Amino acid sequence: MNDIILPGDDQGALFARDRSWQPPAYTPGYKSTTFRAPRHALLSLPGTASELTGPTFGDMPLNPLDNDLIRNYSQDGGEAIGQRLIVYGQVLDENARPVPGTLVEFWQANAGGRYRHKREGYLAPLDPNFGGCGRAITDANGFYHFRTVKPGAYPWPNGANDWRPAHIHFSIFGHAFAQRLITQMYFEGDPMIWQCPIVGSVPDKAGITQLIAKLDRHNTTPMDALAYRFDIVLRGRRSTLFENKLEGN
Amino acid sequence: MLHPVPTLKETPSQTAGPYVHIGMTPNWAGIRGVYDADPGATMVSADTPGTRIILSGRIIDGAGVPVSDAVVEIWQADGNGSYGRPVGSSAEARPAFTGWGRQPANGEGEFRFETIKPGPVPGPDGRPMAPHVAVWIVARGINIGLQTRIYFADEEAANARDFVLNRIPDPKRRATLIARKEEGDVPQYRLDIHLQGDSETVFFDM
Repeated sequence: MNDIILPGDDQGALFARDRSWQPPAYTPGYKSTTFRAPRHALLSLPGTASELTGPTFGDMPLNPLDNDLIRNYSQDGGEAIGQRLIVYGQVLDENARPVPGTLVEFWQANAGGRYRHKREGYLAPLDPNFGGCGRAITDANGFYHFRTVKPGAYPWPNGANDWRPAHIHFSIFGHAFAQRLITQMYFEGDPMIWQCPIVGSVPDKAGITQLIAKLDRHNTTPMDALAYRFDIVLRGRRSTLFENKLEGN
Repeated sequence: MLHPVPTLKETPSQTAGPYVHIGMTPNWAGIRGVYDADPGATMVSADTPGTRIILSGRIIDGAGVPVSDAVVEIWQADGNGSYGRPVGSSAEARPAFTGWGRQPANGEGEFRFETIKPGPVPGPDGRPMAPHVAVWIVARGINIGLQTRIYFADEEAANARDFVLNRIPDPKRRATLIARKEEGDVPQYRLDIHLQGDSETVFFDM
């Protein structure tokens, strides 16, 4: 029974977040944190129903193209331009248990490194058939997948000549509001990962490695798309109602 | 009793970045035709039970500048203090109130939720907590989502007993979590959230 989430499991408290593993609020190399990082210590409190429950999306109707960024913004029937990819992975908790039925959202720049956003001014052109957003709900084993094009690297105003490595943004819910997570996925072998101040906000090199999707030749679609695997780990539960009953806790 | 020992590390957070709206509020960002509606944009329908309220405020940075690229999510109980109607479910028993909302800040850093007033939810000691909504804020320059709560100024007695508010000894800091009430056709509750500075909001590690 270790591979499924028992309904009662959602009552268990979460492991404390390992703040030494997560980026601190203020990271001087990423200048936007200067005025946006709280300076007071966070107030640590036990989670209550308000943090241990969260929105559930298992019944949310999705459009068939929601997880196909190559086609979901097509204006003229054509497909997005760029290197075709399948990105997939498993959402797990810290106890290595799959997180089924949860919403995973993703967004990214187009193949030229340009975002479809009114505040974006990079000179690389928009692709008329690429919007850059998608979403999926994890299956019974916690897996999600989508089809897209590889996003381009792009320059950004931080240092005089800083470039973001190719990346895809992810938003994940889990089953508790306190599991809520936003992160970015990078691509195996990209030397620019190690020069990026936003990547560098993560203190531990092993933590950064967790953000790097691995090329997976076995799941490529021959003559069509390469595959990258990106697993995501959410906070796990410290105890379960099932165990509580067992142990009389 | 035995607790499981974590075998994996939580995936590190990364900033939502300035273009978060593409993924989280695409229709608001002008990306139309992909999703029918932005998730969490509408929390109540005509037949949702409960007291209608508007919850609004601004997100302000440590230099006093509105944070115009933030996205705010709230999670709250229904009017009876119960959590959790599945999002998108076809609720037969009663109209769905999912309890979850998501709104982008506008150019003035202003967020606005049309929702219902939550009922009291039991705290860790079993006694009711004061009515509140859980809040999660992401933006460019925020490396890991900020957790806080919004309480209601007209719940003075309940607020005085609330276990979270009572863990904040400084009354000035406690006040950073309590929205003031403004009368109107629909009661409005307003609270500015300060990321940094003299009025810095209390943020949680929960």
